[in-house]
Parts: sequence; C-alpha cells; structure tokens
Amino acid sequence: MDLIIQGFAWIFTPAHWTTTVFGTGILDALTQHLILTGISLFFTILIAIPIGFYIGHTGRGRGIAIILSNVARALPTLGLLSVLILFIPDVAGIPSNYIPNIVVFVLLGIPALLAGAYAGLESVDRQTIDAARAVGMTEWQILQKVEIPLGAALIVGGLRATSLQLVSTVTISSLLGQVSLGSFISNGVATNDYPQMMAGAILVAALALIIDGLLAVVQRFVVPRGVSRGANDRRNTTARGRKAAAATQGTPITEGI
Amino acid sequence: MQWVWDNFFFGNPSIWQLVLDHLSLSVPPIIIGFLVSIPLGFWASRNRVARSVLLGIFSVLYTLPSPVLFVLVPVAFGLAILDSKNVVVALTVYAVAIMIRSSTDAFLSVSSDVRESARAVGFSAVQRFFGVELPLAGPVLLAGVRVVSVSTVSLATVGAFIGIPSLGNLFQDGFKSSLYIEIWTGIVLVLIIAAIFDLILSGLGRLLLPWNRRTTRRGASRLVAKEAVWTS
Repeated sequence: MDLIIQGFAWIFTPAHWTTTVFGTGILDALTQHLILTGISLFFTILIAIPIGFYIGHTGRGRGIAIILSNVARALPTLGLLSVLILFIPDVAGIPSNYIPNIVVFVLLGIPALLAGAYAGLESVDRQTIDAARAVGMTEWQILQKVEIPLGAALIVGGLRATSLQLVSTVTISSLLGQVSLGSFISNGVATNDYPQMMAGAILVAALALIIDGLLAVVQRFVVPRGVSRGANDRRNTTARGRKAAAATQGTPITEGI
Repeated sequence: MQWVWDNFFFGNPSIWQLVLDHLSLSVPPIIIGFLVSIPLGFWASRNRVARSVLLGIFSVLYTLPSPVLFVLVPVAFGLAILDSKNVVVALTVYAVAIMIRSSTDAFLSVSSDVRESARAVGFSAVQRFFGVELPLAGPVLLAGVRVVSVSTVSLATVGAFIGIPSLGNLFQDGFKSSLYIEIWTGIVLVLIIAAIFDLILSGLGRLLLPWNRRTTRRGASRLVAKEAVWTS
C-alpha cells in the first residue's frame, strides 16, 4: 500500500511532469504514448476493417483469419519488436525506431479488430440479410445499411480490444528504448526506483481504463434503436440465441498482452 | 545455427536453462488458472449477480497491460518486486480472466433438460457436477484452456520487463548485441513450446472426452472460432 501512495506522490511531483536532463517528463511520455497508439490504430483500422468486412460478408477466408490470429497470439511481442527494430532502418525525418515499432503494433493489433469486424457481421441473423436481399438491396447496401449497424457493437468491441492491445504493446516497447508511459516502469526497474515503477504502472493502468471506458460508452451508443440489448436473456436458451444476444450486447472482445 | 548449439547447454544462462525457467513461469498459471476458473465459472453460470460481478472484475484486470500487473501484483500480495512468483501470479490472473468466460459459457452450454434428468434419476448435486455437468462442459473448457496456454506461453516473455529470467532474456540480449539468431531462437522456442502445449491439451481432450471426437471437426472449429472472437 505504501508503495502505491509513493507512486501517486511521484506522479504528483511537479518536477516529474516536464522533461529535463534527468529524464523524460510525464507529459512527453504521455504524448508519445498517445501518438504511437493513434498512428498504429489508424493503420490497424485501415487494414483490418476492410478485410474483416470482406470475411464477414462473404464468409470466405475465415479459417485462415482464425489461424493467423492464433499465431499472432503466440508471437511474443518483445521478440518481434527486437527483430524488427534491428531489421528496419531508420528513415530521415521520422523519429528513431518509430517505423519498426508501428509495424509491430499494427501486426499485433490487427487480429482483435479483424475478429470483431467479421464476428460483428456474422452475428447478424441470416434471415435479416436474406430479407434485405429480397427487397432488392445491393450487396453494398446490405453491408452498409444492415450488417454494419446491426454488428456495430461487436465491431466496436473489436476496436476496444485492439486499442487495449496497442496501449499494452506501446508500454512494452519502452523496454527497447521507445519513450512511452512504460518508460517509467522500465527506468524504475533499471534503477531500483520503486516509486517511479509504481507511478508508471498507475499511469499506464489509468490510460488503459480511460480508453476502454470511452470506447465502452461508444459501444453503447452504436447499438441501433429498436435492437434489443439482450434484455430477454431467459428466452435465449439456445446457443444461437445467446450468441445473438451477446452480439447485440457487444460481448467485450479481449486479447491478452 | 552454430550459435544455438554453442549456447544450448552452455553459457550463463544457457538456452536450456531459460527454457526450464520459461516452463516454470508458464505451466503453473495454466494449471492454476484452469482449476480456479472452474468453480468460479460454475458459480457464474448459476447466479446472474455472480456472473456480472465476476466477469466485470476480471475484465477490468484483463484491461491492465501485463507490465502493470507485474508491478501491482507484488504490492497486492506482499511479494518482493523482483520475485519470479510475481510473474506466475500475474499470469494466473490473466489466465483466470480469459478462462472464466469460457468456463461460464461451458456450464451454460449444458442444457437444463440434461441436468433435470440427472436430478430425476437421483444424482446428488456433487454427482451431477462431476458426472454430468463437468464432462459435458468439457469441450468448451478445453477450447478455453488452449487459448490460455498459448497466450500464457507468449506472455511469460514479458517477465523480462522486471528482470525475471525466461526466453524473453534472449530477446533483450540479442537486441543489445544485435544478434538476430538469438532473438529468432527465442521466438521459435516460444512458438514450439506453445505448439507442444497445444498438442498435449488436444491429446488430453481426445483421451478424456472421447465422445467429442466425432463432432470434433465442426464442433471444435466452431468453438475455436468463438474463442478467437472473445480472446483475440
């Protein structure tokens, strides 16, 4: 308990907020953390959403996606970071190690969002889609007006999981020299400075919980009006019914890291 | 490759020693996480309040990045920060956090008709649990524990963050000395261990759940897909 208080005391020491010759300040570390998370999230969305929608809409390539995400789960973050930082050279004008770091973050961020995107579309009742097709909607309209709104909760669930994954991975990258909120943990470990280590842990935890909380709110709002939010649990005694209920509620999709 | 042979049994620490360290960090969380999540999942499947409380708590814990847990666990449990037990406890927390979802769902998947019938023919609550519900929940539990095992083996490397020896050491060392082969050795060994664990678990599944075999193809792949949704 003492250590937690010391951690907070470390955070609330004004001198720790700005960067000095003695070390990175909390503000700079937070900025770096957010920039890296943001850029990686952008590219993750750019790659995972179209592929996920393709798989979810057509039902093709699902097996491969599952295998790939299992392999991604087994891949150790640190190992991948180490290899790519050594392998990818720096480009002039871009901060050192940014490119390899972002490549790894995106690679590890994709599976959760991909799973969310295709599971979201798959959770939509087949009969609803057939009905949409029967009233003359084009495939594109079905995707836009039926599948995406009805699967939105799960899709945002995937976004939540991916964001957490990214916040975590960015934290870990500090072990290899990237400045982020994780830097306080790794510096603390390196210098046996326990309050600093605890301060880093508190800051990272706070960031993760805030981002998750914000996206949880978004997740509530994207469920279209009129779609039951799993209120009728009792009726859903079949696996299929439960799955549908879970989908409309947006069962959180989580990834360990 | 020469580097691998030179350092496999010799060196300080040798690769083999790190493999053993890695196993000692990753095996207990998988087993303990599995055992802990069964009663919790059973409880959560029977009681709606317990379900929302337990799933809520563990999803918050799961939100925390692993380096954070590695620092917070010792404070919560009164361990020294650089104790390898920290990593074991933190990984166990993650294991339970992943596993509790599947175990809750596993017990929910046992149809109430079956439970009622077991009761009608005179099974006691304990007999029902061990003779009916647990075996029927088996396939979903198995799918859950396979996910847990893969992610635990990979996560154990993050113990390097707080200086606990594991295959993660090869990443740090290799990084410092720009030795690709060392890093690749670590990655490949992690993947091999994860694959071996998965084979062992699916083998145990075949042995203990023989009735599952015929439906394995479609049933299991659907379960794995479901797990992928939850946990990836």
